[in-house]
Amino acid sequence: MNNLLQDTALIFPALLIPLFPLIGFMVNGVFGKYLPKQITGWLASLAILGSFICAAYLFLNMNKGSNINIDMFEWISFAHIQIGFGFLIDPLTLIMLLVITGIGFLIHLYSISYMHEDEGFTRFFTYLNMFVFFMLLLVMGNNYLVMFIGWEGVGLCSYLLIGFWFKNNAYNNAAKKAFIMNRIGDLGFLLGMFFMLFYFGSLNYDVVANEAAKLGINNSLITITTILLFVGASGKSAQIPLYTWLPDAMAGPTPVSALIHAATMVTAGIYMIVRSNVLFALSPITLEVILIVGILTSVMAAIIGLLQNDIKKVLAYSTVSQLGLMFCALGMGAFSSGMFHVVTHAFFKALLFLGSGSVIHALHGEQDIRNMGGLAKYTKVTFYTFFIGSLAISGIFPFAGFFSKDEILAHAFQENIVVWIILTTSSLITAFYMFRLVYLTFFNEFRGTEDVKKHIHESPALMTIPLVVLTILSVIGGFMGLPEGLGFTHAFGNFLSEVTAPSLPYLKQHQHLSHATEIGLMIFAVVAALSMIVWARIKYVKNKELPAADESLTGLNKIISNKFYVDEFYNNIIVKPITVLSDLFLVLIDKLIIDLAVNATAWVVSATGKTLRLLQNGNTGFYVFAMVIGMIVLLLIRVIL
Amino acid sequence: MMTIYILLLPLLASLIALAAGNKFASRLALFFSAAELLLTVYAYIIFTKEGYAPFAIQHAWISSPSISINMGVDGLSLLMVILTNLISPLIILSAFNRNIENASRYFALILFMQFAMLGVFISFDGLLYYIFWELALIPIYFIALNWGGKNRVAVTLKFFIYTLAGSLLMLVGFIYLYWKNPNHTFNWHELSALTNVCSCDQSWLFWLIFIAFAIKIPIVPFHTWQADTYSESPTQGTMLLSGIMLKMGIYSLFRWLLPIVPAGVAQWGPLALTLCIIGVVYASVIAIMQGDLKRLLAYSSLSHVGLIAAGVFVLNSSGMQGAAVQMLAHAINVVGLFYCADIIINRTGTSNLYLLGGIRNVAPRFNTLFMIVVLGSVALPLTNAFIGEFLLLFGVYTYNTWLAVFAGLTIILGAVYMLRMFQITMLGNTSEHTAQFNDLSINESIVLGTIAILIFVTGIYPKPIIELVQPTLEVILNKALIK
Amino acid sequence: MNQTLEAVPQNWYLILSTLLFCIGVIGVLFRRNAIIILMCIELMLNSVNLLLVAFSAYAGNNDGQVFVFFIMVVAAAEVAVGLALLMSIYRNIASTDINVLNKLKW
Repeated sequence: MNNLLQDTALIFPALLIPLFPLIGFMVNGVFGKYLPKQITGWLASLAILGSFICAAYLFLNMNKGSNINIDMFEWISFAHIQIGFGFLIDPLTLIMLLVITGIGFLIHLYSISYMHEDEGFTRFFTYLNMFVFFMLLLVMGNNYLVMFIGWEGVGLCSYLLIGFWFKNNAYNNAAKKAFIMNRIGDLGFLLGMFFMLFYFGSLNYDVVANEAAKLGINNSLITITTILLFVGASGKSAQIPLYTWLPDAMAGPTPVSALIHAATMVTAGIYMIVRSNVLFALSPITLEVILIVGILTSVMAAIIGLLQNDIKKVLAYSTVSQLGLMFCALGMGAFSSGMFHVVTHAFFKALLFLGSGSVIHALHGEQDIRNMGGLAKYTKVTFYTFFIGSLAISGIFPFAGFFSKDEILAHAFQENIVVWIILTTSSLITAFYMFRLVYLTFFNEFRGTEDVKKHIHESPALMTIPLVVLTILSVIGGFMGLPEGLGFTHAFGNFLSEVTAPSLPYLKQHQHLSHATEIGLMIFAVVAALSMIVWARIKYVKNKELPAADESLTGLNKIISNKFYVDEFYNNIIVKPITVLSDLFLVLIDKLIIDLAVNATAWVVSATGKTLRLLQNGNTGFYVFAMVIGMIVLLLIRVIL
Repeated sequence: MMTIYILLLPLLASLIALAAGNKFASRLALFFSAAELLLTVYAYIIFTKEGYAPFAIQHAWISSPSISINMGVDGLSLLMVILTNLISPLIILSAFNRNIENASRYFALILFMQFAMLGVFISFDGLLYYIFWELALIPIYFIALNWGGKNRVAVTLKFFIYTLAGSLLMLVGFIYLYWKNPNHTFNWHELSALTNVCSCDQSWLFWLIFIAFAIKIPIVPFHTWQADTYSESPTQGTMLLSGIMLKMGIYSLFRWLLPIVPAGVAQWGPLALTLCIIGVVYASVIAIMQGDLKRLLAYSSLSHVGLIAAGVFVLNSSGMQGAAVQMLAHAINVVGLFYCADIIINRTGTSNLYLLGGIRNVAPRFNTLFMIVVLGSVALPLTNAFIGEFLLLFGVYTYNTWLAVFAGLTIILGAVYMLRMFQITMLGNTSEHTAQFNDLSINESIVLGTIAILIFVTGIYPKPIIELVQPTLEVILNKALIK
Repeated sequence: MNQTLEAVPQNWYLILSTLLFCIGVIGVLFRRNAIIILMCIELMLNSVNLLLVAFSAYAGNNDGQVFVFFIMVVAAAEVAVGLALLMSIYRNIASTDINVLNKLKW
C-alpha cells in the first residue's frame, strides 16, 4: 500500500481481469447473433486470454507481502454496518486466477472446435464467459458478500450450462437439481454470513479473521459459523450429503464438465475454507466434521465410481472423490496442501474430461464404455494424454497428482493412522477404476457398431492442443510442491504461506516425518497404485472382462451400481413429503379451513338476512301494526325508566 | 404545490383519457403517466436538495370532525410515489396491442387507481388517508369486474367485501384515536405522538388496524382472496394489485401501525411476525405444486410479501430497510412476472402449465427477459431482490436465529417453484399450444427490457434507495420503540 | 281569538285530540280500504294540528299556528299525491283493498 505508483500499475490490470469476460459476455450476448459463429467463439476465448495475461502480469509483478485491495463502492449499508464492493488480490486469489483463466482459456479453445456443429454455439460462449466472470468475482472479492455474488453467479451459469440442451427434460431436471442443491448450501453460507455480520460487524476477510482471533479457540460462535460456511462449501463442492447433483451435472456439454464441474466451480468450497482458514482453525470441531465428511465422500464416491459405465459419470464420481480428499486436507488443517491438490486436480481432471470429450466426439456422442474399446489406435493423441492424466490422478511418480496426494496422505499419516488407511484405500480404488476406464476405452477391439467404427477419427488440432498443454501441466505441475520433509522447498506452500500463516498458531503442530518414513510412504503408495493398475489390466485387457448389464447385477453390486440409492432416498424423504404437504396445505388449510371460515362468515350474514326479510310480508296493515306496537313499546320504556 | 401536482395529474389524465375515446386513450394514458414519472424524478431531485419542506401542504377541510388536507412527502412516501409512478407507465404500456373493450374506461380506471394510491402514500391525515385507501378499491373493483375472467363476479365480490371489512375495522380504530387525541384531529404527527393511549387499549387497536393491512398485503391466514383475484383479474389489474396495491398495506404498516400503536406492536408484533414467516414457507410450499401459471405466481408473491412484512415487525433497521428496498424490488419483479404470464396466456390461450413448454425454442428474446425476471425473483445476487432479501433475512436473523433459518427456506423453495415453472413453460419441446408462439413485440420488449434494466440497476447500486428511506425509517423505528 | 280558545280548559283539547288520534290509529289498523286509511291518516294529522294550535295559544307564541299552516299545506299536497296513486292503483286492479297490495315484499 505504501508504493502508490506501483499500486496503480497493478490495480488497472487487476480490474481488467473480470472486465474482459464481462465484455465478452455482453458483446456475445447482445450482438452475438449478428456475428459469424467462429468469431464469437474466438472473441470469448480472447477475452479469457486477456484475463490470463493480466493475471500472469500480476503474478510476476506483485511484491511478496503486498496485496492489492481495491474498494470500488459502498454496496449495502444499514445502521452502522457497511458492506462494500471491492477486490482483494493476494497469493491465494492469484493462484485461483491463474487456474481459472489459464484452464478456462484452454477449454474455450477446445470448445470452439468441440461445439462447432451446435446451433447454440454463440449462446454457449456467452454462458461460458459469464461463468468465468462470476468465478473471477468469487475469488477476487474482498468480502464474503462479493464472494457470494460469484458463488451464486457460478451456480446460475452451471444451471444454464447443464441444461444447455434445453429440449431434453432430463437435462433440465439435472440443471434444476444442481441449482437447488447449491441453494441449500447457499442458505448455510448466507446464515454463516449473518453470524459474522452480527458478531463481527463486517464481512471483510481481514476484519472477520481479526475479530474471530480475539474470541479464541473453541468458541461455540465460531463453530456454528464455520459449520454453516461448510454447509455452503459442501453444496458447491459436492460433498455428502449434497453431492448427488454433480454426477447428474454431466448432462452439460463436456467442456462445461471440464471447466465448471471439475477444474473451477466445484473447488470454490475449498477456496472459501482456505480463505477463512483462521476461522476454521479456531474451531477444531468443525475441522473434525470436515475431515469426516471428506473421508466419507472420498470413499463413497470412489466405490460408486467402480461400477459406473458412462465415461463422464466415472470422471464425475472421481471428481467427487478427489474433492473429498481435498476436504480431508482442509479438515486436517493442511490448507495449502488442499489448495495444492485443487491446482493439480484442475490440470489432470480438466485433461481427463477434455479427453473424454474427444472420445465422445470421435464416437459421435457415445458415452457408454461398454460400447467403446480399441480407441488407442484411432485416436493417438487423445489416448496418450488421457493415459498420462490417469497416471496423474492415480498418484504415480512423477506426475502432478503424486505430489499433492502424497502430501495429503502424509498429513493423514501424522494425524491418524485410520484416516491414512481409508484415504489410501480410496486412492487405490481411484487408480483401479481410472484404469478400468482407460483399458475399456482404449484397449482391445472396438465393441460398438460398424457404422460408428468407420467414422472414428482423431479430434482436430484445436481440441488436441489444449490436451497436450494440460498434459504438460499434469506432468510438471507437481514440482511446484516438492515435499518439504525431504529438504526441498515447497514453492507452492511458500507462495501461499502468507495466507495460511495466521491460522498456524491454532492448529495442532506435527513433527516432520522422518525421511525414511516419508520415502517409505511414497514408495508404498506408488507400488500399491501400480499394482491396482496391473490388476485392472489383467482383468480388462488380458481377460477381456466386460461390465455386466445393469439388470443382471445382484446384491452389493446392484446397490453400488445404483449409487447406494441416495437419490431415491432423498426423493422419498424430502421431495415426496413436500409435494404431499403442498397439496395438503392447499386443500386442507387454504380451501377447507381458512376459506371455510371466510365463507362461513358470509353465510351467517346472508342467512340472517334471509330470515329477517320474511318480516317484509308486503301487508301494509302488518307494517302499521308493527309501527304502533313499536311506538307503544318506546313510550312504555320512556314511562318506566 | 409539487405534491398537489403529482397527486392530481393522474386524476386529470384519467378524465382526459375517458373523454378521448377508445382510440387515443392508451396513448394519452401513456403520455400522462410518463409525464407523471418525469414530475416524480423532478420531485426526487428537489427532495434530495431541500428535504421535506417544499412538499408539505396543510389546508383546513372539514371543521367538525376536524379533517384537514394534510399532505407531504418523506423518504418512505417518496419511495412509494416513485414506485407507483414507475410501475404505472409500464402497466399502461403493457396493455398496448391487446384487444380491450371500452379502452377509454379501462385506462381511465388505471389512472384513477394511480391517483388514489398516490393519495394513500402522501396523506398525513388519518381520515384523508382512509378516504384514499377506500377510493383505491373502487377502480380495481371495476377493472376486475368488467374485464376479468369468467368467474369474475363471485371473485371480485369476495375480494371487495374482504378488504372493505378489514378497512372498516381500521376506521373504528382511527375514530377511537381521534377522540383520544386532545386536539381532536387525525393528524399523523399528533396521533403518532399520543401518550395517553394505554397499552391495554393499544392491544385491541393493534388488531383493528393490523387486520385491515393484513388483508391487503395479504398475510396468511387472511390471503384466500388473493389467488382467485389475481387469476381472474385482467393482467393490468393483477399488476396494479400485486405491484402497487399490496405495497399500500406494507407502507401502512410503517406509517399507520408501528408509530401509532407501539405498545400494541410490542405486545402482538411477535405473533404477527410469526404469521408472516409461516406464510413465507406455507405459500412457497403451495406454489411448488401449482399447475396454473397465474395461481403459482400469486402464491409466490404471497411468499415474498410475507417476508417483507416480517421485515417490518422485526423492528430493526436492517429488516425495515430490507422491507423498503424489497417493496420496490418486488413491485418490479412481480409486474414482470405477471406480464410474462400474460404474454404466454395471451399467445397460447391457456394458463395450464402442463399444456405449455418449449417456448424457448421459438421465442429466444422472450426467454432471456423472462429468465432475468425469474432470476430477480429468486434473489440472485446483483439483482434487486437479493439486496432486499439479504437485508430482510438479516433483520429476521437479528431478531431470532431460528426464525431466520425457517424464513431462509424461501431461497431454496423459491428456486424450486420458479425454476419448475420456468422449465415447464419455457424448456423442453414445444407443445401444440406453443408451437406458433411469436417472439416479443416492440411494446412488450420495452416493458420487459425496462424491468430487466431496473432489476440490475437497483441490484448493483441500491444505495440511493437505502439513503432515501433511511432517515424516515429511523424516525419510525424510534417512535415504534420508545413508547 | 285567543280568548275564545282559552275559554276551554287545556285538558279538553288534550282529550279530544287523543281521541281523534286514537280513532285515526284504529281506522288505519283495521280498515282495509285505502281511501279510508288515507282519511284516517288525515284525521291523525289534524288531531296533532289541533294540539299544536291549542298549545300555541296557551303558550302565547304563534309559532305553532304557523306550523299548522305549513302542515296543512303539506298534507293537502300529500293527499293529492296519495289520491292520485290510489286512482292509478284502482285503474289497474279495480280494488283499493290494501291486503291485495302486497307485491312489495322480500
